[in-house]
Amino acid sequence: MNLTLGIDTSTDVRVGLAKDGQILASRAVHDRRAHAELLLPLVSEVMDQAGAQFAELTAVVVGVGPGPFTGLRVGVVAALTLAEVLDAEVKGVCSLDVIALDWAERGDAPADFVVVADARRKEVYWARYDAAGARLDGPFVTKPDQVPELPLAGPGAALTGRVGVGPEEFNAGLLAAGADRLTAAGLEPLYLRRPDAEVPTKRKSTLVMPRIAMMGPR
Amino acid sequence: MSDSGGPLVLGIESSCDETGIGIVRGRELLANEVASSVAEHVRFGGVVPEVASRAHLSAMVPALRRACASADVDLSELDGIAVTAGPGLMGALVVGLSAAKALAVALNKPLYGVNHLIGHVAVDLLDHGPLPAECAALLVSGGHSSLLHVRDITGEVSELGATIDDAAGEAYDKVARVLGLAYPGGPAIDELAAQGNPKAIAFPRGLTAGKDQAKHRFDYSFSGLKTAVSRWVETERLAGREVPTADVAASFQEAVADVLTAKAVAACNYLGVDTLLLGGGVAANSRLRTLLAERTAAVGVTLRRPRPGLCTDNGAMIAVLGSAVVAAGRRPSALEIGADPGMPISTVLA
Ligand SMILES: [Zn+2]
Repeated sequence: MNLTLGIDTSTDVRVGLAKDGQILASRAVHDRRAHAELLLPLVSEVMDQAGAQFAELTAVVVGVGPGPFTGLRVGVVAALTLAEVLDAEVKGVCSLDVIALDWAERGDAPADFVVVADARRKEVYWARYDAAGARLDGPFVTKPDQVPELPLAGPGAALTGRVGVGPEEFNAGLLAAGADRLTAAGLEPLYLRRPDAEVPTKRKSTLVMPRIAMMGPR
Repeated sequence: MSDSGGPLVLGIESSCDETGIGIVRGRELLANEVASSVAEHVRFGGVVPEVASRAHLSAMVPALRRACASADVDLSELDGIAVTAGPGLMGALVVGLSAAKALAVALNKPLYGVNHLIGHVAVDLLDHGPLPAECAALLVSGGHSSLLHVRDITGEVSELGATIDDAAGEAYDKVARVLGLAYPGGPAIDELAAQGNPKAIAFPRGLTAGKDQAKHRFDYSFSGLKTAVSRWVETERLAGREVPTADVAASFQEAVADVLTAKAVAACNYLGVDTLLLGGGVAANSRLRTLLAERTAAVGVTLRRPRPGLCTDNGAMIAVLGSAVVAAGRRPSALEIGADPGMPISTVLA
């Protein structure tokens, strides 16, 4: 038996469970600011409702973004820790790929399309896919007007000023069930942006540089 | 509960730039793995929260693996998982908190979200055994300068005073930059000060004037001192004189140590306690240690200080506080707790 837990915190909080490739649960809590609070209670609830024991998990698959950094790390560290202590396999996948796979499996995906997510600061994350959901290009972070004029899917589609026609949300159940069909993207979050911090270039006559340097994006 | 020696607890620390995993059984230290990202912050001259958070994520599971290997315990025997819930940097705290929650659900163990500052006090249990019924604690590090009144480490700790602006360690970092020394400033200034005259320059002692006694009797302020050092150095440079950096370092360090120790000893006297505990990274500072030893001895106060390796941020301090909290029968934290960057000292357990 293959019991796979799927976790994605690249937008809000999403948890799925699949047994031998069949979705047992796909849950979401629509809160983008409380990943650390909500993720593990949701994982625990999903396991309980499925009548599954943590010791039975054989794999944990996690969306490694792109997405807001703090929330993303909550999902990734939880997946890594669960896999470590349960001796389960762990796999990171590009979160946008899950939406592409969803559209491909629905059967009406165009030959060339784009999945878009909100990157905040008036930018979007996006990647280009073929009809089978294979990633052709990306992921990138750009201004919304740089997203190619192709059919759109994903939670950030509307930010381009156009209308999305594909799946809008991450399906964590599919993330778990489709783990084998999703390309491994490593276990580092896909940050795409460097940390914000100013390097002091020369000694200042008035000491204004705080020990805590400039805040990075949340 | 484990067979002997008190509760077996794994502790996770990620409030600033050290990723720590500690394992203790009661007051016995079984593992203490720390990975520091301090080198990555050097070129910024301060801790960059996003850089620290990324480093925590990379370091967490390897540190966990090393701690488990060196403690040689079965995680199924744990009595609880303790984790720093605050205070600290939000993005950094949530990495440790989420790892702790994952362990708690996977192992079906209770979760204890504890206060980082109180962990700095609790860690001395590992070196010097139980605390007296009441004591005072002076915590000094890059992030904190606080005077605490400790009656029960698992539930009754209050703050007598704290810095109203910069932490002592921040002042060290800033003065180090003025003198062209490396970050972090503490060790660099300590070393340079050894060759200087601490009485060469009379730098100000913040909040020690009579008018400050009513409102800020046990509070600290290092912002004025830092500015005074900066102005003094600037004046010398503008006048074309060579800056006696060792004298500046020694005189600055003397001002910091003087005010820290004077108020700590006054606090012991005010509380009527006979034990003072020194914790935090700056506890390694030689002048602070010497002066505090002299001044506590003069008034018959016992000075306790954990070994230097346990003074800086680490997981063992969180584990030992967690173990004390379990032994006291405190209720575990809810799985829904969040990180609290401004967690008050009165909250031992979230
Ligand atoms: Zn600390």
